[in-house]
This record gives sequence, structure tokens and C-alpha cells, in this order.
Amino acid sequence: MVHRAQAGHPGGSLSEIDLMAALYQTTLRVRPEEPDWDDRDRFILSKGHASPGMYAILAEMGFISVEDLESYRVLGGICQGHVDMKWCPGVDFSAGSLGMGLSFGMGSAIAGRLEGSERQIYVMLGDGEIQEGSVWEAAMAAAHHELGNLNVILDRNRIQNDDFCEAQMRMFDIPAKWKAFGWNVKEIDGHNMEEIVDGLGFLKNTNDGPSILIAHTVKGHGVSFMADNPAFHGAAPNDEQYAQAMAELGEVVA
Amino acid sequence: MTNMAATRDGYGQALLELASNPKVVVLEADLGKSTKSLHFRKAHPERTVSCGIGEQNMLLVGAGLAASGYIPFASTFAIFTERAFEQMRNGVARPNLAVHVCGSHGGTHTGTDGSSAQSIEDLAIYRTLPNVIVMHPSDIVSTKILTMQLAETGSPSYTRTARNKTPVLYEGRENEIKIGKGIVLKEGADVAIVACGVMVSQSIEAAEALAAEGINATVVDMHTLKPLDGALIDRLVASCGAIVTAEDHNVIGGLGGAVAEYMTSNTYAPLERVGVQDRFGESGQADEMLEVMQISTPYIAEAAKRAIARKG
Repeated sequence: MVHRAQAGHPGGSLSEIDLMAALYQTTLRVRPEEPDWDDRDRFILSKGHASPGMYAILAEMGFISVEDLESYRVLGGICQGHVDMKWCPGVDFSAGSLGMGLSFGMGSAIAGRLEGSERQIYVMLGDGEIQEGSVWEAAMAAAHHELGNLNVILDRNRIQNDDFCEAQMRMFDIPAKWKAFGWNVKEIDGHNMEEIVDGLGFLKNTNDGPSILIAHTVKGHGVSFMADNPAFHGAAPNDEQYAQAMAELGEVVA
Repeated sequence: MTNMAATRDGYGQALLELASNPKVVVLEADLGKSTKSLHFRKAHPERTVSCGIGEQNMLLVGAGLAASGYIPFASTFAIFTERAFEQMRNGVARPNLAVHVCGSHGGTHTGTDGSSAQSIEDLAIYRTLPNVIVMHPSDIVSTKILTMQLAETGSPSYTRTARNKTPVLYEGRENEIKIGKGIVLKEGADVAIVACGVMVSQSIEAAEALAAEGINATVVDMHTLKPLDGALIDRLVASCGAIVTAEDHNVIGGLGGAVAEYMTSNTYAPLERVGVQDRFGESGQADEMLEVMQISTPYIAEAAKRAIARKG
């Protein structure tokens, strides 16, 4: 997708993909044949620039077709540059600007509670994203309202647009921050499937307040020259790099 | 003696009436006592969400609720809605989620809190957003009726209410009030004064002063700035040939801007815009502020004469 469009965000798509695959395969209550099913669980990709990862999952799940992936960043295509609920089936939130998804998820969680629904709300945040102040407005409010159906997966890939997070804005003790805001916190290796599935169970079954799974990931995971490399936050591979990346990921390039 | 009441109380009354719809929810940012959502909170605490002093979060909580089939009404001071402008733009207007934002204490009329609290740009900024209805009602009755109508629109909205009392204009005239339709309060053939919010009653007074000088003015309450009642503007241009706009808002981008934009592309008449002359206010009583900002009755009357003098 990113290679074809020659634009997009491969690094964050590769860091989140194991988490998202496990979420959709093991936990999320959704119906690809009925994407607007009222009582579905909600998945809110707040780091909406990492859309290629989500589109790949939506195609795998059958919400959209594999051919639809060719519409990524193409005029009129359902796969907009940032995931958009008005364009793409299976997308619950129109993302784009960072720091917005958790607040939207809080509204979705309150709606679920008002309806007496069992549905769970999952919000994926990036680690750079939590530098946005409004994330903490939402974190404080969600704990105040004891929203046990609200869950965050934090893609802790340690890289943001310009550089490593550590260089751009140190965030110090991230788990302690969320704990201090009244959240249930668990840390996992975001590429270890056993730990991921265990962590998703923690989110689903911890309902005395909002919960966060801090997943330690590698930006550009699975592609040697992208891994842990800030240059591939928002850059497309060239033809040669694309061939190498797909070979490393075990995909056959047509 | 004219009855006086604050438009923010009309908002509070509307929420209480709307409560019979179980999908209506109310969001607050620690100003429910001021915006008057507190009555709803008292009656329906389970459908009232305190967002603390966090307006950015509040608007998107509203978006999440709207996306799940609820009808959220979120209020704070007009000025504080502005810090959530991007949330309104990207999280509410863009996905066209029907979150209804009410900014109370708008304009210089809000008075002694001073310039930091006197929003003079709110109507302009929300008018630039696709999908968003923008309103500034003039009295308690119309505020109540228009707020209640919002629940049926399915569109996001921004409504400015005022802190201080203004004359009650629409007692017994509830049927005349409709979103997007200006209301002709007085007919006259020489000039049309098109006003919104607290300036509507000022404009009626200006028309009375003009009548004493033999000048007959039409007065229109243009409570909805977007969508603008263009058909009414066309009619006013044809019947009066000169237009004055009057608003407690910057002359840039508000009602004057909206009417000027419309006339540029559709029909023409001399236009004079009464409003805040691109400057910030200061602490003062509401009536003092209208004087200081040169938007009170005499300034409207003067503008009317200038507009008439410019007729071809």
C-alpha cells in the first residue's frame, strides 16, 4: 500500500500489526458482514496515520476486499490516508489529528453503559501521541467516570515523526503516569503473541475502571532496514526496498 | 414594561423539555450553573456527564456519544469552546456527528469579566466549518424553541447564548421560530436592519428612533447565521434597497460577513456593518460595553442613514 502510494506510514503500521491481529482474531466482537451492527465492540485507531496496518486487517477480516487496498490514498478510494468512518466499512472513528481517539472512545463507552450493553471499547494510542495534552483530559475523565468498558492499547514503539521519543519529548515513567490517573495498567512485549493474548484478556476482564495495555513494540518490526529507524515513520520504500521488505516478511510479490 | 430574561435560561429550559427523549445527554465542563445545564443535571444526573475543566475532551466525548446514537448537548462559555476548535473541526464537523455545542456568555455584552471572556469571533470560526449550523438567538423564547429544534436536525451545531438579560420578544409567537428562517419584526421601506442576538432589541429601538425622523426601517432577527436565509436577504434588498447588519461580534466573519458574502454573489444593495471594529474589549457593564464598542442603538441608526445615503 505505502509503496504503491509512495506515501504513508509503514513504521507504525508494522509496530501495531501483531496487537491488532490478535485483537481482531481473539477478542473483538464484530461482524464483517454487518459492519454497523449496533452492539459490536468498537475499535478506535487514534494513531490514524498507521492506517495501512488497519486496512490490511480489515481486508483479512472481510470488511473490505484485498482489491480495496489499492485505493489507499487514491482519489475516491475507501482507504483514505487516515482511517475514516465515513469512507471505510469497519472503521469506527475518523482519525487524523493525534490525541482525539481516547475522548471519542470515552463517549462510546458512556453510550455503551447508558444502553446497558456488554460492548467493550478499544482505543489504540501511539506513544508519541500521548504528548498531546487532551489525552490526559480524557484519561482523567475516564477514570473519574469509572469506565470499565474503556480499554487502551498503547503502541510503545519509542519513535515519533522527527526522531526517537526520548529526543523529542521524554515521557519518563509512562506506566506510573497512567496509574496515577487511576487506570489499571499492564505491560507486555507487543510482538509476543502469548503475552498479547494474555494482555487482551486483562483488558476485557478488568472492569472496575479503565485499563491500559502498554505494549513494547519495535517500529518497522519485521523489516531490517525499517526496524527502530525514525526515517521510516512516514516514508515509503523505493522499489528495491519494497522487494527486500516483502521478502523479509515472507510475502510473495506479484 | 418589557419582560427581560437571559437567553441562557432558554437553553436550560429547552434541555429540560428535551429530556423526554431518552437519547438526549448533556455534557458539562464545570460551568453548568452558568450555561444553565444544571437544571437537566438535577433532574437527570444519569444522563449528564461532567467533563471537568476540559473542553477538548468534552466535544469528542460528544462525538463518541453521537456516533453511538445519542444526541449530546455540550455547553461552556463561548470563549472556551474555541480552544476545542480542532476537535470541533476534525472530530465533530468532518464526520458530521450531531453534537450540539452551546457557547454562553458570548460577545462584549458579557461585561465585567473583561476581554478574555468576551468572545467576538466564535460565530465567524464556526461558520467556516462544513455541516455546522450556527445560531445566535435574541431572546429566551427563541433560544428555547431553536435549541429544541436542534435535536431533530441530525447536524452538528454551535449556538451562542448571552449572560445578561434581554427583552422577551416571542412570547406567544413560538410558531414563527424556525432554524434557518429570519424573522421580520418590523416592516419599513427605507432600510433593512438585520441583527442577531442582543443586537435585535437594540435594532428595534434604533428603528423607533429612525421612525421619529421619518425613516421607515425593517428589522429582521437573523438568529441563524448558517444556513443563512438568503431568500429573505433577496427580498430585503428588493424592498428596501439598503441593508445594515448589527451584531455583538467582530465585523469580520460574523453576520455582517455572512450577509456581505451572500450579496456579493446574488444581489446588491449598499451594506453597513455595525459590530466590533476588529478590537478587543475591556471590563464594563453590558450597556457600557455596547457604547464603548459603538454598537448600541444610536450607532445602528447612524449606519442606517449612511446606507440610505449610498442608495443609487
